[in-house]
Amino acid sequence: MKSWTSWIKGALASVAMLSAGAAQAAPVEISFYYPVAIGGPVASIVEDLIARFEAQYPDIKVKPVYSGTYPETISKALTAYRAGQPPEVAVMLSTDMYTLIDEDAIVAFDDFVKTDEDKAWLDGFFPVFMVNSEHDGKTWGVPFQRGTTLFFWNKDAFSEVGLDPEKGPQNWEEVVEFATKLTKREADGNVSRWGMQVPSSLTSYWLLQGYVAQNDGKIADETGAQTYFDSPEVVESLQYWVDLAYKHKVMKPGVIEWATNPKDFFEGRAAMITTTSGNLTNIKTNAPFPFGVQILPEHKKRGAPTSGGNAYIFNGVSQDKQEAAFQFVKWLSSPEQAAEWSIKTGYIAAREDAWATDAMKAYVAEFPGALVPHEQIPYMVPELSTHENQRISRVIDDAIEASLTARKEPGQALSDAQKEADRILEDYRD
Amino acid sequence: MKKTNNMVAPWLLLLPATVLLAAFTHIPAVMTFINSFYRTPRGNRPARFVGLDQYSNMLSDPVFMAALKNNAIYALGTVPAAIALSMLMAVIVNSAIRGRALLRMSFFLPTVLPMIAVANIWLFFYTPGYGLIDQFLGLFGFHERNWLGDPDTVLGSLMVLAIWKEAGFFMIFYLAALQQISPTLSEAAALEGASRWYFFRRVTFPLLMPTTLFVMINAIINSFRLIDHVIVMTRGGPDNASTLLLYYVYNVAFRFWDAAYASALTVVLLAALALLAFVQFGVLDRKVHYK
Repeated sequence: MKSWTSWIKGALASVAMLSAGAAQAAPVEISFYYPVAIGGPVASIVEDLIARFEAQYPDIKVKPVYSGTYPETISKALTAYRAGQPPEVAVMLSTDMYTLIDEDAIVAFDDFVKTDEDKAWLDGFFPVFMVNSEHDGKTWGVPFQRGTTLFFWNKDAFSEVGLDPEKGPQNWEEVVEFATKLTKREADGNVSRWGMQVPSSLTSYWLLQGYVAQNDGKIADETGAQTYFDSPEVVESLQYWVDLAYKHKVMKPGVIEWATNPKDFFEGRAAMITTTSGNLTNIKTNAPFPFGVQILPEHKKRGAPTSGGNAYIFNGVSQDKQEAAFQFVKWLSSPEQAAEWSIKTGYIAAREDAWATDAMKAYVAEFPGALVPHEQIPYMVPELSTHENQRISRVIDDAIEASLTARKEPGQALSDAQKEADRILEDYRD
Repeated sequence: MKKTNNMVAPWLLLLPATVLLAAFTHIPAVMTFINSFYRTPRGNRPARFVGLDQYSNMLSDPVFMAALKNNAIYALGTVPAAIALSMLMAVIVNSAIRGRALLRMSFFLPTVLPMIAVANIWLFFYTPGYGLIDQFLGLFGFHERNWLGDPDTVLGSLMVLAIWKEAGFFMIFYLAALQQISPTLSEAAALEGASRWYFFRRVTFPLLMPTTLFVMINAIINSFRLIDHVIVMTRGGPDNASTLLLYYVYNVAFRFWDAAYASALTVVLLAALALLAFVQFGVLDRKVHYK
């Protein structure tokens, strides 16, 4: 018994000594939640970056916390916030911004931007990415990583059916025309190669947004409280997508998995596909044939979706921790680091000056495909982002799935979705 | 003095279990019930008492209705099939055949594997075109099918997986019950000239009824409780064709952050399960014992 109490005393004494030591050096300690949504050694890349940051800023210590997928990250961060222990910095979906604002969980960056250098840093992001970071004239997050969708085609298949292998389809009509030629039906009616495949298993609203942008429409406005799911532009876009499967019969009917879509492409079961820019390296490594990659085909105009993570600074932590968090975010998204992150992970660097760094230039010279997402940036539209975003995106995803599985007509599915969205967003309208 | 000591000791012994049960079971259950009468607080909007609004919202919620229907089909499909299959497997591995140990192990194997791993394996089985099932069916001239991407086949596909996963576990209970049955019964029946099917139908099956009741309750609870494969394989899609109740509760609570509505859904789910268990234990229990 005696030895036990003395052990506790000893432990208390050493804790006291440790904290005294800490008080002397007093580095500000912040924690950094980050998700991993892609393959590759993200954890070691993050740790390497943090080691270099700490070397440059000895008075700040960053504790990286790998927090699972994007949905798990926001779950963990919000739970921690409610328990009074939020992380100082977290990377979460840009579309989670309204949820985080509604929970009062994050602080705006504007209070931390003081010097001209800070302002130049904040102005350096591509404006289209900033739309998903701004609300009510304030900047609530900064783009940390971004992706888009690109168009890939199998050059061998093009040659086989007499198409120019160097030229992908440039508009909606050409996609149908090429896909009809490329679709291969066996004598028994079984299709051994589809002309075109667009994934639809998850966040399919994202692909619909690309079509809607090309059709010169909008899926939602920028207040986060109004969607336009039943507008003619959106209905036409979904109709076009559904027609690929049921009218032109050039796409596999039903829901197409994100994961199997590139595989179908490698196996020659799909001659043209749309998939994320994050798949560039995957396709480059695994396609057993020469392939082409280009920006998405146009209709009334060019258009493309974006998505990805923002870095957010949390409410409910002390001022000096928030300042330290700001320094860290700023450093992490400055040109050199943004370029490095982009090269190592395949995400699109969210600032023009990152594309001008030597490292990025060398990378693009070696792998020209990496330039295609950059070429698409002028046509990108902000991602669907509303209050109660998870719920709204599920509503539109369900409508798309119902249409692609021929359970509902696109017009009907979208008007149902709009009614449901109106019901959910009613509370947020003034 | 002595008397109080007598009272204190048992309470102290119960304390750890009571604290744990209260903290992680009873208090959350009561809180869930209370929360279901409020609206979810958001950062700038406090919780507000709304009475039965959450419950009436449910009736006009198409996703809830779809989940309810799916779960009913799922339970009606998986429970009898899992029971029949596990009984059959138990009878097979209870008989004196060669390779019995190997057979028992292979029947039990799906139970040992984690659901997440199993779901990922079956995800490959169901892959359109080059998944195991399509490749096998292709040998007989069937066309490729999008098993998990088609609302007509997705729920059935999940049910097959669930039956396969569950049956091995229930087989253990049947096997134990079969070994309790005295061999004199089968000897007597053989002397009387009863066929094996007649013996199974009139002797073995009735004697297994208490086990069947136990297995049935567990199977029904599992059909509402196990949703790992839904998360891994379909996320409830396409168009909610494979959304089960608990998966919907999970979505509402941890993706939509609507804790109050999720509480109301949980209360309904618990009430339904309690009712089922009550019917089974209260009504059937009296009838299952062979006298």
